[in-house]
Amino acid sequence: MKKLPDHISKEKFMEELYRYKRGSVTRRHFLGVTGLGAATAILGSAVPGLRPSPAFAAGDIGDRVVLATWPNYHDPANFEAFTEATGAHVQINVFGSNEEMLAKLQAGATGWDVYVPTNYTITTYVSEDLIEPLDTARLPNYDPSAYDARYAEAGSVDGTLYAVPKNWGSTGYVANTSQLKGAPTPSSWKEFFDLTMGELSGGTIVHDYQLTTIGNALKYFGYSFNSVDEKELADAEKLLIDSKPHLFAISSDIQPSVRSGDATLAMAWSGDGKQLNTDMPEVVYILGKEGGELWSDYYAIPKGAPHMDAAYALINFLLDPEVNVREVLAHGYPTADAKSKSMLPEELQNDPILYPAQELLDALEFGAAVTLTDPNRAELMARFKSA
Amino acid sequence: MTQRTRNWLLLAPAGTWLFVMLVLPLTVVLIFSFGERAPSGGVVLSFSLEQYANLPARWAAFKNTMVLAPAGTVAALVIAYPLAYFLAVRADPKWKTVLLVLVIVPFWTSILIRSYAWIFLLGGRGIPELVEWVGFAKPRLINTPFAVLVGIIYGYLPLMVFPIFVSLDRLDKRLLEASSDLGGTPIRTFLQVTLPLSIPGVATGCLLVFILLMGEFLIPALLGGGKVFFVGNALVDLFLQSRNWAFGSAVAATLVFIMLVSVTLYMRLIGRMGTQREDLSLM
Repeated sequence: MKKLPDHISKEKFMEELYRYKRGSVTRRHFLGVTGLGAATAILGSAVPGLRPSPAFAAGDIGDRVVLATWPNYHDPANFEAFTEATGAHVQINVFGSNEEMLAKLQAGATGWDVYVPTNYTITTYVSEDLIEPLDTARLPNYDPSAYDARYAEAGSVDGTLYAVPKNWGSTGYVANTSQLKGAPTPSSWKEFFDLTMGELSGGTIVHDYQLTTIGNALKYFGYSFNSVDEKELADAEKLLIDSKPHLFAISSDIQPSVRSGDATLAMAWSGDGKQLNTDMPEVVYILGKEGGELWSDYYAIPKGAPHMDAAYALINFLLDPEVNVREVLAHGYPTADAKSKSMLPEELQNDPILYPAQELLDALEFGAAVTLTDPNRAELMARFKSA
Repeated sequence: MTQRTRNWLLLAPAGTWLFVMLVLPLTVVLIFSFGERAPSGGVVLSFSLEQYANLPARWAAFKNTMVLAPAGTVAALVIAYPLAYFLAVRADPKWKTVLLVLVIVPFWTSILIRSYAWIFLLGGRGIPELVEWVGFAKPRLINTPFAVLVGIIYGYLPLMVFPIFVSLDRLDKRLLEASSDLGGTPIRTFLQVTLPLSIPGVATGCLLVFILLMGEFLIPALLGGGKVFFVGNALVDLFLQSRNWAFGSAVAATLVFIMLVSVTLYMRLIGRMGTQREDLSLM
């Protein structure tokens, strides 16, 4: 539903400038979000020898590449730099969920060249023959040894590489601590739903996404995030339907309502948590202590991509640690690439939202392919939404 | 070339259009609706009535649509009629065009953007804060059926205003004078002359708004916060989330059927209200 702005607005630029002057953001962040950094990078790339390899003469890879991705997920300045270096314009299609992306690819003829599937979808794409195996010779920037295996292994199916890691993240929730009405800051999914049905009635958002909404309701009872057990799903359904009258919204677009103060609690991907916490320190990101979801997104090429050369060039460009660092600064999700991580500002490398403590991470589960395609979970979500 | 071949040739463009854009997609939907969901989504063709048997699972969505579509139509009519009346009968002819353009202007922006604007107007920092500032309790507006109704009226108002405006604009003003000369009060003149003559416009406007509302999904999703669930939302979820094309097709086919029945009944009703056939030509 949201369109990625292709350049920074004047207001946003001034806001970033003031934040930089107040010292609340780093120079790197400022250069990154305003595009001044990219502008410098483009100037730099004009000097041969400084440019990130490989270089292309304009027109070599065609004039465009189509990227299907999630909202608020890239640094637009990186795309400008890519166009500058290769002559290929990056056209962006923004999607709300993996299901939507899969549905579009199943329907055929999307015209996409690169997309960003999440770990649990890749086996489905392979079995449906909707994903192109990757030729690592065409991705010189891809260095498997630099990646934390945990966030890279889902990219390979039966020994064939189909997808390379983009970034990973967790699914928890944000709480606006200035609006808790005296309740202590919650730390579990049990408190999330109990507060929703109690003191904070009317101020909670759950995702419009069966995987996370049902998964986190399952966590309330201590069940697996991926459960497809009928009895466990029935418990989760009861909890969701009981809490529905107390919800502010069922929506994956949480930021506007949290920023306006309408919502106090909201399920959130860690990047949403980071972006909100950066702008509003009273909004904290919480991983339920019962657990929840850990996920990893990848770059991949759909079968029959119309601009195959440009697709490889774009993925290779985005894997460049210099470029990837600017991506991380823009979207606020952790990278699995050790080279990029070491180039991040110190405070981000130790940031508890990006890189949570090991014991919190240990409780999290990766979503499973069966969770995505289970028809009972889909029907449960429909009953919850229409209740 | 015989007259007959020429007729067929002249019909060909419209006929092809109708076939490709209407008959073919509806046939696909019907065929899919007898199929089954493939394990990882999509459809496996077969002949089963299972999807139709499963329709009660979306009863709540049908119920919401069948309450809010007529309610939205009536609410839009109540607001649009005085506006159309003012534009057609009362407005200074000098200003008429300007005022009409003002009614159209919102159409130049996407309904998505305009509905998004309502999120901020109805949200906690918008109208509710103003109400609180004036001294009343802060009301909750956004993500309620009320907000959905406001969005619907706002979004569909021009579709209602125009047909009514057209029928009132063509109204012969001498009839009003005649009524008055014969001793009719303004209210009686309105009820016995103006209103009956504007029925074709009202009928067309209601039909346009009602049909579009039956398939609405954007306004409930944005202004209802995903908590107000229409058949349109059920369809979006079935095709884009659970990828159950077979069941989605059955729901869509049922919606088309309900619309055909209600529109037929509606036309009969309008026909019986004594309006002449040529007045209905607008429809």
